[in-house]
Amino acid sequence: MDGVHDLGGRQGFGPVQFHGHTDPFHGEADIRIAAMWVRMGRHGLYNMDEYRHAIERMEPRHYMVASYYERTFTAVASLCVERGVFSAGELSAAAGFAVQLSRPSREGRVGEANLPDIDVGDRVRVKEDFVPGHIRMPGYIRGKEGVVVGMSPVYPYPDAHGHGLESPWQRTFDVRFSSRHLWPDSAEESEVHVGVFHGYLVKVA
Amino acid sequence: MSTDLSAHADALQAVLSAKGLLQPADLEDFHHKVTEDWLPRNGARLCARAWVDPTFKAELLKDGRAAAANMGFPMPEHHRSLVVLENTAELQNVICCTLCSCTAFSIIGMAPGWYKDLEYRARIVREARTVLGEMGLHLPEAMRIRVWDTTTDTRYMVLPYRPPHTQGWTTEALEALITKESMIGVARLEPPYAAAPATSTGAA
Repeated sequence: MDGVHDLGGRQGFGPVQFHGHTDPFHGEADIRIAAMWVRMGRHGLYNMDEYRHAIERMEPRHYMVASYYERTFTAVASLCVERGVFSAGELSAAAGFAVQLSRPSREGRVGEANLPDIDVGDRVRVKEDFVPGHIRMPGYIRGKEGVVVGMSPVYPYPDAHGHGLESPWQRTFDVRFSSRHLWPDSAEESEVHVGVFHGYLVKVA
Repeated sequence: MSTDLSAHADALQAVLSAKGLLQPADLEDFHHKVTEDWLPRNGARLCARAWVDPTFKAELLKDGRAAAANMGFPMPEHHRSLVVLENTAELQNVICCTLCSCTAFSIIGMAPGWYKDLEYRARIVREARTVLGEMGLHLPEAMRIRVWDTTTDTRYMVLPYRPPHTQGWTTEALEALITKESMIGVARLEPPYAAAPATSTGAA
């Protein structure tokens, strides 16, 4: 989905607050929330793609102001409610305020059966796919061309895995893009590498 | 963002405990992991050994996950690969996650606050040199920059460039030089990017 979580290349943000902002956690509550995220995952309530997608499904204005661990909290709570572990009312009653949950999931998709042969050194183009569900293709590479510099073993296909659908696992390719190709006349010079699932790519002759 | 999430955590903890899905030991175990196990010194040990042991360096660059496991640093199941990116005198690698905030947290430690902020996620892919400068790393034009966006189950770690004045140092002294920021790629360890460490404490 083309959500506000897809931040790469978005303009208008100010300087990175680096000094004094290196701690991973802002308090012990953050650590407890992270612990509950891990524990519920181990119970099999969700996989990592379902978890990430539950964050992406947060109402956009909520996403933009929530801290990192508030997003974690919202995803875990939303998935628990969607799986019937507890109700939204039970959680809000325990909190003493109306807990805001993520918006409902839409449909995922399974991977295509016949994928092109792609190897390191090949020139590839990212498909112009638009989907309502989970996808791990940042919008800034959509339709763009690059060169494959690395290849991974097969991983779960996020577009299916994020929706509980069965689908063959896919390799991913580290693709090197020129920043000046991604944002013509509007980027500083660098080589930007993105891990791209096989199914998102076509080979360029 | 300084939101205190105590009320959120308390509520979730209460309902999950009431359903029998959460035990106090779950919270204690995770607290131990993030304060005692998943620390940047793990990655620092891998990098320092790679600096002094060419065979190990080749293994680390070929299959980082296996090399880390052999050193006693396992990675979570969903961190299915570790790709190690070697910096040189002319090349700076830097990692990010524009879609969420993925990191090899069992190796380089939990992601710092700034790494997860919208500013870093939005800007590092498009204006890396400026962003690194804002973070104190002022790179000359001749230094190439490679950004790596963590969008799959592959995790990345930067192997920092070894400061030239550290020849002959003990592995332990080298490890102490290597920071989480240098393994993310927003800091370098050699002058003029960092102060030259005192050789009297580091020499073998």
